[in-house]
Amino acid sequence: MTAPTPSPTLTERLGSLLMAPVHLLMRAIDIPLRAVQKAAGIGGMATVFLAPNMLIFGIFVLLPLVINFVYSMTGGTAFFLTERQFVGADQYARLFQCANYLDPMSCQEDAFWTAVGNTFWFVVLQVSLMILTALITALILNRDLAARSFWRAVFFFPVLLSPVVVGLIWKWILQRQGLLNFGLYQFGVEPYTWLTDRNWTFVATIGVSLWAHMGFYALILLAGLQAIPKDLYEAAEMDGTKPARVFWRITLPLLMPNLLVVVVLALIRAVQIFDEVYVLTGGGPGTSTLYLTQYIYETGFASALRNPGLAAAASILMGLVLVVLTLIQLGIGQRGEKKGKR
Amino acid sequence: MGVASRFILRRRGGKSWHWTDIVTWVWLVGGLIIMFGPAVWLAFSSFKTPAALAEFPPSILPYVTSQATVQGYDKPLQLFDAKMPDGSTKVLAEVRRIGLVAQMVDPKAPGEIVRVNINDRTPVRSVSFATENYTTPFTQFDFLQYLWNSVFVTVTATLITLIVNSMAAFALSKYEFRGRSLAMLVILATLMVPLSVIMVPLYSIISSLGLFNNLWGVILPTVATPTGVFILRQYMLTIPDELIDAARMDKASEWQIYWRIVLPLTAPALAVLAIFSVVWRWNDFLWPLIVLSRRELYTLQVGLSIYSGELNVQWHFILAMTVVTMIPVVLVFIFLQRFITTGIAGTGLK
Repeated sequence: MTAPTPSPTLTERLGSLLMAPVHLLMRAIDIPLRAVQKAAGIGGMATVFLAPNMLIFGIFVLLPLVINFVYSMTGGTAFFLTERQFVGADQYARLFQCANYLDPMSCQEDAFWTAVGNTFWFVVLQVSLMILTALITALILNRDLAARSFWRAVFFFPVLLSPVVVGLIWKWILQRQGLLNFGLYQFGVEPYTWLTDRNWTFVATIGVSLWAHMGFYALILLAGLQAIPKDLYEAAEMDGTKPARVFWRITLPLLMPNLLVVVVLALIRAVQIFDEVYVLTGGGPGTSTLYLTQYIYETGFASALRNPGLAAAASILMGLVLVVLTLIQLGIGQRGEKKGKR
Repeated sequence: MGVASRFILRRRGGKSWHWTDIVTWVWLVGGLIIMFGPAVWLAFSSFKTPAALAEFPPSILPYVTSQATVQGYDKPLQLFDAKMPDGSTKVLAEVRRIGLVAQMVDPKAPGEIVRVNINDRTPVRSVSFATENYTTPFTQFDFLQYLWNSVFVTVTATLITLIVNSMAAFALSKYEFRGRSLAMLVILATLMVPLSVIMVPLYSIISSLGLFNNLWGVILPTVATPTGVFILRQYMLTIPDELIDAARMDKASEWQIYWRIVLPLTAPALAVLAIFSVVWRWNDFLWPLIVLSRRELYTLQVGLSIYSGELNVQWHFILAMTVVTMIPVVLVFIFLQRFITTGIAGTGLK
């Protein structure tokens, strides 16, 4: 006696109906691939499976990486490599040509150095505030909270929003008749146009990017905190250790690997800041929030005097910074793995 | 009140309050307001008329001033609560204003004109949702086209990403071949190649392939994600090789093994990658901005930023379209948040 098979539900039938053409397609693909398998053998099929990904990857990631160097050594406004003339290291020389090396405004490409300076201060301030707030949030979320997953979701929510949406949300709030002025008005502060003030726009770009990304880093730190063995804390409690001492002696040292990863990740992301700032301020007013990626974008594409070679040279310099940061991160990861093995 | 405060202030284990508890509550409640407040404010604002948007101080709910058609007057007149000399208030319609005096009529008895000082009258307002903020951009601007472009890019790119990445991950996890570690190394090394470093040469490649001003030019560079290959491979390594060997005994072809055995078993990892891919592609901005220069090809993100950067920004439309752009991501957040948070905590990808 076999048990009667349950008749398929409506959703199951609908699913199999939808999947039918897909299955047919996969069977059709199978026919030529069987012939390939006969010719190349089972081991040769690995190449077949790898080919599409590697092809796309090669054309759209590796090839650009390589020809970026060629680009940075050519001049003119044409985009096709064959139409560009070789100029050697002229583009780099142009970036570094300054009358006085202590004053970025005296350089030929003062916009580049303005962008470098802005990006530097942005990275320093944003990353340190980011780590501080993410750490506090993670510590609080790691407490014995009611409805913890709800609170975690609250801080994580902006991470998924698109940078354009983030930029527009805050542009709307910082308007003259926006929510911020409304809030301050309750305390008798006159409405102010925040986005036309050089200093306040810089502060705004830091604040907005904090708002948008803090939840991501808090989440990684929270995972690190939850991986710390509970018995350490129990032992500390039995010894009557003060909470501050528990933090400095147990929590922080054991969280260090995660914290370092978060610092490097935050640095890498902050160096490339573009989207939300572009929508929020467009780099302005003036050049007060012009950051490196926007400089590359405008030099390469947007400005009337576009110079792709110069943009490529600038992007390679930026790439070098990112390579150093990535190597640091890989180094940290490897050290963490070795520790784990021991 | 007593019950409510006791409920809110209750502590587990009945311990007394510590300063860290206060910090916790301040941080959480402040976080709730700061994280959700701006998006909620935007959503409320998106239902306001342009006149209500220009108001300061702004109201939270969308109000419109009430109007009424009064016998003897062609245009609808604005309604006011007017304070009468005897101290009572009456709803009157304004005919015209001369200096500090408004000439008003009672809509029920339009014959007699009443003179009221403008400081003694307040507009009658009612809550009303300006849904035309949503319908107009779709019917009269190209936003329906932008929405379609965004959906097309997101769905196509995600499907190709899943197929191409899972094939590569299958090869890298279940076959021994020369150059395997080299392939892994290349993928790992380029894990961190950001768009901003390669955008100039990538643009020249896209235009030599004839993909400039083409949605495929937006899709193709994004599909071979190293992160995707990486997570799928890690997951496939846990599938026992015996399953594959048994299938080979039964004369299954390698493609059948990939399609019928490995892919179904990788479903959880594929789901995580699919969610991430949808969010990534929906939110992409800089690359579509470079590749697409014709209006009818814009994705929602590009269209929104271009419209919001124009000189006479029509905020009521921009706000409504921002809400539309937010909806898919908010849905993902509500229903699939668990997958995403575990995905990030486990792999550190975003």
